[in-house]
Amino acid sequence: MSIVELATVLILAVFVGLEVISKVPQTLHTPLMSATNAIHGVILVGGIIVLGTAEGPMMLTLGTAAVIFGTLNVIGGFAVTDRMLQMFKARKREGGR
Amino acid sequence: MNKELIDIAYLAGAVCFILAMKLMNSPRTARKGNQLAMLGMGIAIGATFFNPDIKQENLIWIAGAVAVGTIGGLMAAYKVQMTAMPQMVALLNGLGGGAVALVALFEFLAAGQGGHAPDTVQRVTTVLSAIIGTISFSGSLIAYGKLQELLPGRPLTFKGHSTVNLLLAAFTLALAAMILFFGLVTPAAFITLMILSLVLGISAVSPIGGADMPVVISLLNSFTGCAAGLAGFVLLNTSLLIGGALVGASGLILTLQMCVAMNRTLGHVLFSSTGMVLSTGSSNKVAKQPKSFSPEDAAILMENASSVVVVPGYGMAVAQAQHQVKEMAAKLRAMGIDVKYAVHPVAGRMPGHMNVLLAEADVPYEDLYELEQINPLFPETDVALVIGANDVVNPAARSDPSSPIYGMPILDVDKAKTVIVSKRGMGAGFAGVENDLFLNDNTVMVFGNAKGTIGKITAALDSH
Repeated sequence: MSIVELATVLILAVFVGLEVISKVPQTLHTPLMSATNAIHGVILVGGIIVLGTAEGPMMLTLGTAAVIFGTLNVIGGFAVTDRMLQMFKARKREGGR
Repeated sequence: MNKELIDIAYLAGAVCFILAMKLMNSPRTARKGNQLAMLGMGIAIGATFFNPDIKQENLIWIAGAVAVGTIGGLMAAYKVQMTAMPQMVALLNGLGGGAVALVALFEFLAAGQGGHAPDTVQRVTTVLSAIIGTISFSGSLIAYGKLQELLPGRPLTFKGHSTVNLLLAAFTLALAAMILFFGLVTPAAFITLMILSLVLGISAVSPIGGADMPVVISLLNSFTGCAAGLAGFVLLNTSLLIGGALVGASGLILTLQMCVAMNRTLGHVLFSSTGMVLSTGSSNKVAKQPKSFSPEDAAILMENASSVVVVPGYGMAVAQAQHQVKEMAAKLRAMGIDVKYAVHPVAGRMPGHMNVLLAEADVPYEDLYELEQINPLFPETDVALVIGANDVVNPAARSDPSSPIYGMPILDVDKAKTVIVSKRGMGAGFAGVENDLFLNDNTVMVFGNAKGTIGKITAALDSH
């Protein structure tokens, strides 16, 4: 993909990001922050690509560290968000855990 | 799988992310939203393994690193207390920022070793994602340290701190320019750049008071998103680009919404350490003593009420008293007393922090009222029970222009017929501001740990 095409995608994604979030109730601020936190863990994709091409001990170490950090971000982020959200219940299900 | 199929998988992943964020706008669908985001992430990561550039012999490294991260991430996520959520998010965000910075460093070094020659846009985005990712890494760790109370929550600052920060930022940018435009493309220069960014992140977050940490974490979350998006240019990867841009943009909106809730500007949060300013504008010049009640007396007050509004704060969180609160509310309801919860936008250490804790105790979200809904109801409320909240119920925010929290919207508990405050002692709140509410004629204090106090109140309700 050319840089201009990538820039097009970037700008459209920014607008979607601004639009999709504008009316979130306060109740969901913490889970939403936590979920978006997990989504930027998509850098793991970058980590896997660089580690996959790494040569020599130094580059392998760097790539491995990037993948570990990225995985922690993704897995920890989603798991924590899910733990928070499973507790949000409407009245009719009260006590019915 | 060819590159086109991988790109289609990335597109599917991106659509999942967008729909997921949409679903997270309502408590009913939020959990599904998060699960959809997981699916999107799974698709994007799964497809990446088919990238033809990945060498077979490196797969073992990747599998090992992913296994370590998965085990560590799951252990951390299931061990953490709900009270500690804000610092958990800070820590995970820092790791994400660190991952971006490491990928950028890797790409810089790989280009130097005679790999593919990056074009100008790639060189600029490599440098920017390294700077922003590193700032997010070190800044988040400081925020984590403050919230975990490994570091003091008060602003850590010194004379001329803002000048030092400005100089650090200027040095960082100057070095970045040298690397990009004046041929200083040595590994040493790039590593120095990252060290400068690391120090800048530490130095910029340290002077911010603990009470403002939620805003900082949200902003750094946005930063990491931006850095990941920029890394998308470096690796010419659309999943990074879209995922990062979505988080960068939505994180910024969320940050600004938090600032609005606190009636502050982002600049004010970042560049002034008002948390340290102790208000001297107390209207009670005579040293007045608060009225101290026993939990049993407080129980009698509540039994005679027909409506009770519970105002939870950080004190409830640290004492883990949410289950006791829920029990007490159930008992009051059984006695025919109306119980509502009033949640201030910045109660606790993160917006929505109280909602999460009360949800943990199975309080249905329909019982929680936001500031604008509950404030008109306080004049008709018999008892406002404040549990470990302080700054968010401080009337000085309405009446005392010299107070650092002046102008912040507060819960008007002082308008209720009686205010019962459960608090450990007379200490000032997180913002370090005195609270005249505690000295009002219609306020009674019940000193002690919130869990113990609420438990005793509930027991006393029983015995009648």
